[in-house]
Amino acid sequence: MSGAPYERVKLARDSKRPTGLDYIKNIFSGFMEFHGDRRYADDPAVVGGIARLNGRPVTVIAIEKGHTAKERAWRNFGMPQPEGYRKALRLMKQAEKFGRPVVCFVDTAGAYCGVDAEERGQGEAIAENLLEMSTLCVPIISVLIGEGGSGGALALAVADRVWMMQNAVYSVISPEGCASILWKDSGKAAEAALSLKLTAEDAKSLGVIERILSENDIGKKVFYDRIRALLEEELRELSKDVELTQNRYDRFRNLGVSAVSKE
Amino acid sequence: MALLNFLKPKNQLEEGGRSSAPVQRDAGEPEKKCPNCHKDIQLSRLWANDLVCPCGYHFRMKARQRIQMIADKGSFHELYSDMKAENPLNFPGYHDKMETVRAASGEKEAVVCGTAAIGKQKCCLFVMESYFMMGSMGSAVGEKITALFEYAVERHLPVIGFTVSGGARMQEGLLSLMQMAKTSAAVKRHSDDGLLYIAVLTDPTTGGVTASFAMEADIILAEPGATVGFAGARVIEQTTKKSLPKGFQKSEFVQEHGFIDSIVPRSGQKNYLTELLKMHDGRATV
Repeated sequence: MSGAPYERVKLARDSKRPTGLDYIKNIFSGFMEFHGDRRYADDPAVVGGIARLNGRPVTVIAIEKGHTAKERAWRNFGMPQPEGYRKALRLMKQAEKFGRPVVCFVDTAGAYCGVDAEERGQGEAIAENLLEMSTLCVPIISVLIGEGGSGGALALAVADRVWMMQNAVYSVISPEGCASILWKDSGKAAEAALSLKLTAEDAKSLGVIERILSENDIGKKVFYDRIRALLEEELRELSKDVELTQNRYDRFRNLGVSAVSKE
Repeated sequence: MALLNFLKPKNQLEEGGRSSAPVQRDAGEPEKKCPNCHKDIQLSRLWANDLVCPCGYHFRMKARQRIQMIADKGSFHELYSDMKAENPLNFPGYHDKMETVRAASGEKEAVVCGTAAIGKQKCCLFVMESYFMMGSMGSAVGEKITALFEYAVERHLPVIGFTVSGGARMQEGLLSLMQMAKTSAAVKRHSDDGLLYIAVLTDPTTGGVTASFAMEADIILAEPGATVGFAGARVIEQTTKKSLPKGFQKSEFVQEHGFIDSIVPRSGQKNYLTELLKMHDGRATV
């Protein structure tokens, strides 16, 4: 594993890293993309649809940043509008109806912050996902592949298993934002990155994620084959779990409990 | 009784004082300047009027003062008063900051929870505290609110929650973020049991609290002029480099965009909540 926390942040943001669609196309077969939230629009920052995982139909959803400058601008740099979260929830409800597991790939600096996003209820859209995902009756696995930016990332990560790539980061606020609020100096981002405990190892030791995925041979066939095998195995286990939603409840219920004292 | 009657001003002071006799001022009585009408108001009058200026501006209110205003006299029984967050990440400066805030606010954490009667209707009540790190949500706030919803499920009680928050508490990092998922799951269980949850959004309700339990209620009310949003207005302005529309993220604006059921001034809140609780009485006693 490489580098100080802020170096990880930079790595996680690197536009050369595989994006959500790269994972979908290389791990699954026969991906069929479904567009739109059936309410207002189709958000290009969130991609979703159905595909096969070694033959088994699954619903796949990814936040997509794009690679080229043009793509990235069109994808709004992977910062979803409320419609992106609503599309994701629509597809998850569809998965539940047809008994398909859900696999999410998360990579965002955060939910888009803009006047239009606020007008269309960014907060409400995220809240609705947190609410509904907590009781979705099919297995959910979320993989953080790059940036896990706060509520905008969590809205696709209320899952039975949450995994992180070894150089992905997951944080309640960007290190720059944290430094500028707390110390009025965004130049202290490296210090903030260290304090926020946002690396995959930190997240694992806090109990927020179950597994750290190696980035050896990242982007190559063996890399995707490895992740496919892990997903298959995990979904097989989760599909046998008769207490699935209870266990998901407990998974989140226990987080932070040891940080609270009673006197 | 028509619901609209609840919203009528309850006295001349609230009406704007237009028809009231000139006030005899005691020399030297402390005053506060209203940021809306820019007039000086005597503190004693402000307090007597639940911290609402005659012009209608709602000043921020401490959690316990709000409980006194909303709950029937002597009915509030606090729960989880012993819970407080430690410094799980050893975040620099957090411990000292908490000590200072605890001493200054007299609270251990940024939310007060308990059971209460409102107009003789029993309910669970949580009130967030703006004077405690601007109501930020860390592990203890998340734990208390989750526990309260679980308590309400066990006893088939409705939940009424007054929100005020700058968002997730960054000094507890990911653990704060996870409280959004944890509280939401508890709200869902309460909802799936057919129980009523009413949120009253007060100034300001933003960030991770907006993106979780504030926006998950069956009925979402707000105080007039309260800031309600996800991202901070300044951040949006800086990011998009566009000027913000008039009244942006004020409760009236958010209502116009479809996310708030009703804006209820402080003076009418107790009657309004009482009526709502009565209308859902059957659900609360299943």
